[in-house]
Amino acid sequence: MNFKLKIWRQTNAQTPGKLVDYDVRDISPHTSFLEMLDILNEQLLGRGEEPIAFDSDCREGICGTCALTVNGEAHGPDHPGAVCELYMRKFRDGATITIEPFRVGAFPIVKDLVIDRSPLDRIVQAGGFISARAGSAPEANSILIPKHDADLAMEAAACIGCGACAAACPNGSAMLFTAAKVSHLSLLPQGYPERESRVLKMVRVMDAEGFGNCTNTYECEAVCPAEISASFIAKLNREYARARLRKSAGE
Amino acid sequence: MIGTLDPKIPPGPLAQKWRSHRDHSRLVSPNNRRKFDIIVVGSGLAGGSAAATLGELGYRVKCFCFQDSARRAHSIAAQGGINAAKNYQNDGDSVYRLFHDTIKGGDFRSREANVYRLAEISNNIIDQCVAQGVPFAREYGGLLANRSFGGAQVSRTFYARGQTGQQLLLGCYQALCRQIARDTVRMFPQTEMLDLVIVDGQAKGIITRSLCSGKIDRHAADAVVLATGGYGNVFYLSTNARGCNVTATYRAYKRGALFANPAFTQIHPTCIPVSGEHQSKLTLMSESLRNDGRVWVPKRKEDRDKPPGEIPEQERDYYLERKYPSYGNLAPRDISSRAAKEVCDEGRGVGPGGRGVYLDFADAIKRLGEDTIRERYGNLFEVYEKITGENAYKVPMRIYPAVHYTMGGLWVDYDLMSNVPGLFVIGEANFSDHGANRLGASALMQGLADGYFILPNTLPNYLASQMGKRPSPDFPEFENAENEVRARIERLLTVNGTRSLDSFHRELGVLLWDQCGMSRHEKGLRESLQKIPELREQFWRDVRVLGSDEDFNQSLERAGRVADFLEFAELMCMDALERDESAGAHFREEHQTADGEALRDDEHHAAVFAWEFQGNGQPPKLHREPLRFETVHLTQRSYK
Repeated sequence: MNFKLKIWRQTNAQTPGKLVDYDVRDISPHTSFLEMLDILNEQLLGRGEEPIAFDSDCREGICGTCALTVNGEAHGPDHPGAVCELYMRKFRDGATITIEPFRVGAFPIVKDLVIDRSPLDRIVQAGGFISARAGSAPEANSILIPKHDADLAMEAAACIGCGACAAACPNGSAMLFTAAKVSHLSLLPQGYPERESRVLKMVRVMDAEGFGNCTNTYECEAVCPAEISASFIAKLNREYARARLRKSAGE
Repeated sequence: MIGTLDPKIPPGPLAQKWRSHRDHSRLVSPNNRRKFDIIVVGSGLAGGSAAATLGELGYRVKCFCFQDSARRAHSIAAQGGINAAKNYQNDGDSVYRLFHDTIKGGDFRSREANVYRLAEISNNIIDQCVAQGVPFAREYGGLLANRSFGGAQVSRTFYARGQTGQQLLLGCYQALCRQIARDTVRMFPQTEMLDLVIVDGQAKGIITRSLCSGKIDRHAADAVVLATGGYGNVFYLSTNARGCNVTATYRAYKRGALFANPAFTQIHPTCIPVSGEHQSKLTLMSESLRNDGRVWVPKRKEDRDKPPGEIPEQERDYYLERKYPSYGNLAPRDISSRAAKEVCDEGRGVGPGGRGVYLDFADAIKRLGEDTIRERYGNLFEVYEKITGENAYKVPMRIYPAVHYTMGGLWVDYDLMSNVPGLFVIGEANFSDHGANRLGASALMQGLADGYFILPNTLPNYLASQMGKRPSPDFPEFENAENEVRARIERLLTVNGTRSLDSFHRELGVLLWDQCGMSRHEKGLRESLQKIPELREQFWRDVRVLGSDEDFNQSLERAGRVADFLEFAELMCMDALERDESAGAHFREEHQTADGEALRDDEHHAAVFAWEFQGNGQPPKLHREPLRFETVHLTQRSYK
């Protein structure tokens, strides 16, 4: 298969970038999207041009490292799945494909297609954990958790932290990311003691990092490789309101 | 020079060793802990849990990872589960049985005392992870659920769908985040360790390079912990993430740390077969699938191109069930992998190139219904469909073995300290617990045992004598190490040859897979030992690395890793040649039983092989640590 590629090239955060045209030829339909970029990079190297910088690691959709906008869609057209799970058989032969980084105000571009997603780490650092000292844990089966609750917590916990939700959102909001962590931990009895302080701190940092707010467009849910449901955003809002109310009531 | 290798196994009965060792180890008092700086390299299950726990105890920790976030370490990709001897199923499990299964699974090439401790601690890990909010699978009554894994006749594996590694890693990442917020841990993402600094014979710091800015830095500390994972990517194609590499442990080896059993590399039986030459990695299909999937190939090779549905039951060879009736499809990994290779070598393999076997769920779907199978393995079936375009609910999966895990690693004693005082090695990066073959769901267990429970108890034993001995990063040892790192980068950037990194790495991978993969023999290994130095020489003459060192330069970061693989591969083949027996995953064709099973030579080789670097171009020196078995009896492993 042959493709015309338009790829975002940018030296660093300070320099403006632009789309550059490339051609790739004789690509097997069984090639993954990132392998197609590997092939292009080999060709660039052969011509003495600097390869295109893009991030990836596990290449099986779980580490959340890869982050490309393909033809305007975060992670490309094959949902649900990260762009490393996208295969060229999903494209038409001869197609033109535009490849850009995730476009989020809070994620500065490092180089070409690589972005800085450290704001997501800082949201978790604000309170996205259960304080459980190693050595102090009670016997595991002494905490009974209804299967339904455990399953729902797992659905939220499946988030891979890629940031596609923020990239797809017209407001650049990281609400789905934050909601997934808040929901995972507040659905479990182990998470109750820090339930209120957690949601208040995480939302405060989320706002401070420059992410926008949710206006219910559900673009996040549509592109999420881990199929995190937007209903968790409603849960986040409830958790937040509950925490604010209890705080203002002095409880 | 190193005298005899002393693993420092505590005296006393096996079941009391760990307790009595803790009772007699030296401690660091709470108000003194903040005076110690600890470097942890790696943020996976072992490094992340160690950094979080040491921070929680009050030490000042610096944690480094090459990924852009600690949460992306490759532990995240582990699918199936984590073992523990809880005996929640009342099916006869115990600490002793988990210990015994692990020793036997490793083909009697690991230390009894270490493995027993691991089995003991397994139960604490589950408690700890549940307390952190890891959403393990549960039964309707709210209790924890279990599944079965290879090499065991009990159900002792805890799991979170097919994403157990992810959930355990996020638990430990969150614990790490808590410490980062408390300022006990400083996190350095996208920072790669390029050398170990030794001052007065002790590990006291590292040299790092920022992958974003190219900046080289010196970090001094009171102790260095390496948790940098395995070296499976030496084969180029493996189930490891693209970034996984041997650099940290290999650099430590070149500074005097012993590398143990490098030839023990695990080939996982259930991966998606290779589809083309541009493939960049192989994808694992969790071993848990073998709970319900049946492995087969056609009995006659003429049938191998027929659609599987057209091959009647009596024309199929369920070879694992036939050869190993008591374990069946749950035979251990090394045995299952070799059995797959054997039937493919006979010409009965299926799919393109004849390098595949079927993993068939038709019977399980008939018995349990498609919904149950979907609930158990749904995400794995989706991954399979994405990669192959095939629906495994309708047609059997095709699988083939692939490089997955490395049992070898830096040599450590019972305290997880290497022969270099102050250098601790945990998780997959050390060699300690899995012998010649790791059982499924035991890597997560070992990583977390090391990080949450063992290292935090053994590190003070070293630190107690080190108060006030931390060197300044201005010491000449740091300057020299930094200069060497800079010179090497300069050299990589100035070769300016014609060949790409990938072309060298691929060539090395093919060579190793053929000669030092699922089976090995003397002639092939000797040939490889000729070819690898030639390839390395060609690399330094003809590799092309573009860009600059003061920049985000992915080619440069990979160049250093490939260069290290090209040296390390030689050590691996040397070890494989020296170990003149078959043991677990190390299968020497010269040493097999009449029915093709691995044949050990306990008289001569019941030992850890630990290699000492002797200088570039010099053969390394071999040290042997004899393995003593006081509790288990050495037997020919049988899963029949």
